[in-house]
Amino acid sequence: MEIDPFIFRLSIFTLSIFIGYYVVWSVTPSLHTPLMSVTNAISSVIIVGAIIAALAGETENIFDTANIFGFLAIILAAVNIFGGFLVTHRMLAMYKKKKKD
Amino acid sequence: MISANLLAVFYLISGVLFILALRGLSSPETSRQGNLFGIVGMALAIGVTIVSVGNFSTGFLYLIILLLIGGSIGVFIAFKIPMTAMPELVAGFHSLVGLAAVFVAISAFLNPDVFNLGSPGNIKIASLIEMSLGAAIGAITFTGSVIAFLKLRGIMSGSPITFFGQHYINLALGLFLICLIFYLCRTQVDTWFWTIILISFLLGVFLIIPIGGADMPVVISMLNSYSGWAAAGIGFTLENTALIITGALVGSSGAILSYIMCKGMNRSFFNVILGGWGATDQSSSNKSKEHKPVKSGNADDAAFLMKNASSIIIVPGYGMAVAQAQHALREMVDALKKNGVKVTYAIHPVAGRMPGHMNVLLAEANVPYDEVFELEEINNDFANCDVAYVVGANDVTNPVAKTDPQSPIYGMPILDVEKSKSVLFVKRSLSPGYAGIDNDLFYRDNTLMLFADAKKMTEDIIKSL
Repeated sequence: MEIDPFIFRLSIFTLSIFIGYYVVWSVTPSLHTPLMSVTNAISSVIIVGAIIAALAGETENIFDTANIFGFLAIILAAVNIFGGFLVTHRMLAMYKKKKKD
Repeated sequence: MISANLLAVFYLISGVLFILALRGLSSPETSRQGNLFGIVGMALAIGVTIVSVGNFSTGFLYLIILLLIGGSIGVFIAFKIPMTAMPELVAGFHSLVGLAAVFVAISAFLNPDVFNLGSPGNIKIASLIEMSLGAAIGAITFTGSVIAFLKLRGIMSGSPITFFGQHYINLALGLFLICLIFYLCRTQVDTWFWTIILISFLLGVFLIIPIGGADMPVVISMLNSYSGWAAAGIGFTLENTALIITGALVGSSGAILSYIMCKGMNRSFFNVILGGWGATDQSSSNKSKEHKPVKSGNADDAAFLMKNASSIIIVPGYGMAVAQAQHALREMVDALKKNGVKVTYAIHPVAGRMPGHMNVLLAEANVPYDEVFELEEINNDFANCDVAYVVGANDVTNPVAKTDPQSPIYGMPILDVEKSKSVLFVKRSLSPGYAGIDNDLFYRDNTLMLFADAKKMTEDIIKSL
């Protein structure tokens, strides 16, 4: 009997929740704001769905309703990806240790 | 074109890079490298997706143009945003993820062939459930984050909006959603799909409006979590490992942050969600406020106390962010350090409007992060400190939380400011904090109230030092 691929994905999902749980608890509280902005940036990986949605199908009919929604999602996700990673970088660059003198 | 297996391996790699990105945040030294891992993971995911679709005609051109447009907007915002506005920025960004999830779900619903989900009107049941859940959570995230954004920007009143039967309406809407998903699966009629999205938009609004000002850290963390679950739902629909891993990571991250925030207020998650806190204790606090004596002083008094102290703990709160007082504060601390005074900072978990808000502001003002301490690390030090300088914090210092079981904040962990030899409390007036509770600390013998704007008072103290 074959195992449904859904079960595999469910396994990945479940294990990732556990990884997330342990990894996030080890994040130092002073970095909780960057944590939020970086999780926000990486959740924009939803752009891969948007790209498939936008580019797939007939090449001559790229402005099908389904494709247009894909294109819109690309813009939204792109704002997030660039904005999210950059603002995280900006914040992290500010965290400095005490100068030893 | 690359094979489906190879593609899956690449997505797995980018998922692992995202895990490393979060892992990097365990200390400030490794965090910058972590962010780099995140960027590489994202570039990889986008790159292989484009290659796998293999459509390099006009559509590809549009894709690049849109990426550039969206990217420049993102870059512009990220550079321009002041650090004090970080909570609304994050709320705004969450709304974009939510809406993107909705759009991708719509696209998958309208054109299921390209995602191998069946054909319009005959979509696989499992996929239908996954995409409806993704769309519903995405829609809730979108409107919820928009409301949170408006509240944080001050465009909409930050106070909770409640009305009779609110929670029952939410419950009914939630149940209705489940019914709709059920009917959608049975009939495949697109009306149900659009209704699901509409109802979810509505539910997002209703879920967030009853939650007010100081509960915002919970709201933002919660929406962070939702945006993750929405991504995971879409990940299941598109059978994409990178999305599933990321969704799970972000979902659990937001959930943990919500938990930490709730614990910081000694409230249950449901208590916060149901909202409407702060409207209860107004009457009793108003009564007692009038006739208790308060000692107040000016910048010279404060400077005198601080100059002669050997150790000072600074307790910043949301008021510091509002007054943009972090830079003045750093200057004051520098001046004090020159006099040989030991200065540290104490941060309550729920200080500010989002988790870690105060830490970012202090970092912006060049305060070294090893002078900044969390509640558990520093709370015992108050007993040995000469001066506690409370700037823009209120409820998180209220000793009532330990003494009065009647108080709504009873049991909330507080910074033991009252144990220090003297307390300097910068505040514009005697008005109670967000929770609507009078702060007992104002009337203590060792408290000196400094009635002024946080930034102005701090600057005046620098002059007098």
